[in-house]
Amino acid sequence: MTSSIMNVEINDKVIKEHGLKPDEYQKICGILGRKPNITELGLYSVMWSEHCGYKHSRALLKTLPTKGDKVLQGPGENAGIMDIGQGWAVAFKVESHNHPSAIEPYQGAATGVGGILRDIFTMGARPVANLNSLRFGPLTDPKVKRLFSGVVHGIADYGNCMGIPTVAGEVVFDESYSENCLVNAMSVGLLKHDQIIKGKATGVGNAVIYIGATTGRDGIHGATFASTEITNESTEKRSAVQVADPFMEKLLMEATLELIHGNLLIGIQDMGAAGLTCSTCEMASRGGAGIEIDVAKVPQREKGMSPYEILLSESQERMLLVAKPGCEQKVHDILAKWDLHAATIGVVTDTGRMVVKENGKVVADVPADSLTEAPVYYPAKSEPAILKKHKEFDENSVPIPTNLSEVLEKLISDPTIASKRWVYRQYDHMVRSNTLIRPGSDAAVIRVKGTQLGLAMTIDGLGSYCALDPYEGAKIVVAEAARNIACSGAESIGMTDCLNFGSPEKPEVFYYLDRVVAGLGDACRAFGIPITGGNVSLYNENPTGAIDPTPIIGMMGLFQNVENRITQWFKNEGDFIYLLGSIGQSIGGSRYLAVTHGKKTGLCPTLNLDAELKLHQSLKALADQKLLQSAHDCSDGGFAVALAESCFTGATHEEKSLGAVVTLPGDGRVDGQLFGEAQSRVIVSFKAVNAAKVEEVLKKFGVPFEKIGTVGGDALVIGKEVKVGISRLSDLFFTSIEKMMA
Amino acid sequence: MRFSVPVFPGSNCDHDCEYVLRNVENQSVEMIWHKDTDLKNPDCVVVPGGFSYGDYLRTGAIARFSPVMKSVADFAAKGGLVIGICNGFQILCEAGLLPGALLRNKNLKFICQTVYLRTEETDTPFTNACKPHQVLKIPIAHGEGNYFIDADGLKNLKDNRQIVVRYCDSEGKLPPESNPNGSLENIAGICNINRNVFGLMPHPDRSGEDILGSHDGNYIWKSILSTKVGVQ
Repeated sequence: MTSSIMNVEINDKVIKEHGLKPDEYQKICGILGRKPNITELGLYSVMWSEHCGYKHSRALLKTLPTKGDKVLQGPGENAGIMDIGQGWAVAFKVESHNHPSAIEPYQGAATGVGGILRDIFTMGARPVANLNSLRFGPLTDPKVKRLFSGVVHGIADYGNCMGIPTVAGEVVFDESYSENCLVNAMSVGLLKHDQIIKGKATGVGNAVIYIGATTGRDGIHGATFASTEITNESTEKRSAVQVADPFMEKLLMEATLELIHGNLLIGIQDMGAAGLTCSTCEMASRGGAGIEIDVAKVPQREKGMSPYEILLSESQERMLLVAKPGCEQKVHDILAKWDLHAATIGVVTDTGRMVVKENGKVVADVPADSLTEAPVYYPAKSEPAILKKHKEFDENSVPIPTNLSEVLEKLISDPTIASKRWVYRQYDHMVRSNTLIRPGSDAAVIRVKGTQLGLAMTIDGLGSYCALDPYEGAKIVVAEAARNIACSGAESIGMTDCLNFGSPEKPEVFYYLDRVVAGLGDACRAFGIPITGGNVSLYNENPTGAIDPTPIIGMMGLFQNVENRITQWFKNEGDFIYLLGSIGQSIGGSRYLAVTHGKKTGLCPTLNLDAELKLHQSLKALADQKLLQSAHDCSDGGFAVALAESCFTGATHEEKSLGAVVTLPGDGRVDGQLFGEAQSRVIVSFKAVNAAKVEEVLKKFGVPFEKIGTVGGDALVIGKEVKVGISRLSDLFFTSIEKMMA
Repeated sequence: MRFSVPVFPGSNCDHDCEYVLRNVENQSVEMIWHKDTDLKNPDCVVVPGGFSYGDYLRTGAIARFSPVMKSVADFAAKGGLVIGICNGFQILCEAGLLPGALLRNKNLKFICQTVYLRTEETDTPFTNACKPHQVLKIPIAHGEGNYFIDADGLKNLKDNRQIVVRYCDSEGKLPPESNPNGSLENIAGICNINRNVFGLMPHPDRSGEDILGSHDGNYIWKSILSTKVGVQ
């Protein structure tokens, strides 16, 4: 593209190429009272994309609970912020980078991490932990190996270079993601209450300053690209993927925090999706002001860039800020210290308009609000016929395997269940010396230096359940994330979500989205957990269909005293093992049914929100009284896999593996008891002398429990059905992915 | 004791060094910006880990030219104690204060895990609190920690007893699988001939407290603290 783009005639083809519908174009003409020029069309194109404008999801998202005593900043800013006491606050958010990662896995994933980190430090918080949730097709596929390897490498290089520990995550391998991998990145930051700053522009005449990397032609129309389906032509849109420079971002982070903590700014916003366009109009809109900028003053890495390209570039590692009056020089001095570009590119006005000039000549002039308020659609929905078929699935048609020890070995080796050591060893998960529970337990735990406070965090998703029953599946994903936090001994205080779906313009896909949001909302309300922000990633589909509906939840837990933390593995020979909750026997929707019998169907497990909440409360009470040695929730692979993991995952913290001898407490299908995925279940161990105290707490909360066995020996023995040596199970679990990737 | 920690653009274990020295060992710590040349009269300089200048060229290759490194070299030449951790070790090698080089890990991947180190030499200012062959549990986190030196250089290291710590298993043995990154002869850390400059890939700055999984890094810090210092 060259400057000749300025003379492009706007016809139906150009409008369509910009992802705008004919009636949206008419709406733009109405707002402006004239036809937009090509630059203005570009602005609306990116800001009204689903990625920036949430036009198909906004009405649904408004139904989610976002308020709570601890919420200092809810949705609508770069990241949510919650109070954690003693003057401290935590900022956190999850965001998707699915489309770029599918085309260019290394850069796509790396810039995903960079983007979410900027969202955190833009609020004034120092990032202290990263998490990520990844989904790919089956790992036997060579293409998947390349994607998986590239994505992990990209995340590792970015986070490691920035010096932010990547402490937790999840990886799922499933056919549904074969053509559309999911890469959701989450970041967590710490700040003092008085360090909070927002992305707003106020004060007529205040300087608008651009800092960070130069602007190039990379990533133009990234947001629009992220709002379309992936096709064979998508690889031609590789220029829509940005290039990562984590060293630049490290400097930008340090400089930004120095500016914010030095109290020099009125507002600041990162340039992520839709680049300079988004930061300019959103800052003006939030501040109820206008902004006038001159693109000729923007530091550029290439010659001959048009205003259109400068405004739509998604070059990484850039920020826009408004300095306090009289602080402009200090801002420039700090940027010079860090050898970063800084340029005053405009001023705050009171016109409510975003005015863009090029060497003084106006090239775009639109109301700032009109860009940030994309049209809201209420798409049609219809219940997919497949949901009824899943419910009619007859479990009795599934034979019960004769050798259940072999089934356990197979499940433990399944890449979705097996240890992700191959992944997290590539991430520096210890830098900043705060990581108390490293990857490999139900939740990661970091300390807040100088206090007794601690943060537990986890990221979880359950697309396979949501595909069977979107409402129940969404409830379960919230419950499981909160259960992971509860198993660590912390209290869940808030969450962030990323909704990964197919095209909302297809009624069957929108049905899933609608029901998932209903389930998320009901679970959050029942548990008293607000959602402080998040992201939607729609259009995750390809000519063969859409991904499983996949809500990803990042859950934040708080310890008043981080010494009360619990890990998931057994600690001592002779400790009692209890099952909290009821064993169940259904195999519907389980990983066992998929891995062993090749069937992804059946009744999704159901969840009683009240029973689940009581379980969490009882775990918190047990942790506070320091009664437990371990707690691990039953999820993928059910009771037997959770027991096995309790035996040997201490190896991740150089602790010894221990066997266990337990009975199978229920009746009915034995494979359902062993491997079914009934909800609200946790396996705990504790010293025998504490049995009465533990039971007293569980009775107080009305949590069903049963003593199922004791820790000890060198094998996992479950009734007469299962007996496998711990060293064998451990070896399968830890080396499965390593062997496949060798 | 007075410690100074040079901070390069891209340093990110500077905080960890500062914390363990100030809050765990109760020592005085000065952070020295890389453009400064005044080391603020330290007893020991700690060159921290991280990705100086992004390590886009070769690890430590640009940091060695920072103004502060001239001062560190002068300080070392006068007998001052200098310890380089991870990227700090790489920088000391690039700067010629220590022999050899750190290549990419044998598996070509970044590796973050806890490892065991066998103390090979205890008559250094950095390991004098350790028993001979004491095993230390300390984490590593690096992409380029594969120590290499040519045959003559290796002979010199051995002749002068400069190999200070080696990767080992939890019992102090040296089977191949105890070597995480392909380092020559399991070398994890070396000192210079004068024994006042020490570099190692593992992180004593991340292993000074039980809450972090190990306090064995303290053997390094305690050794330094028990050393009678004085720049000659």
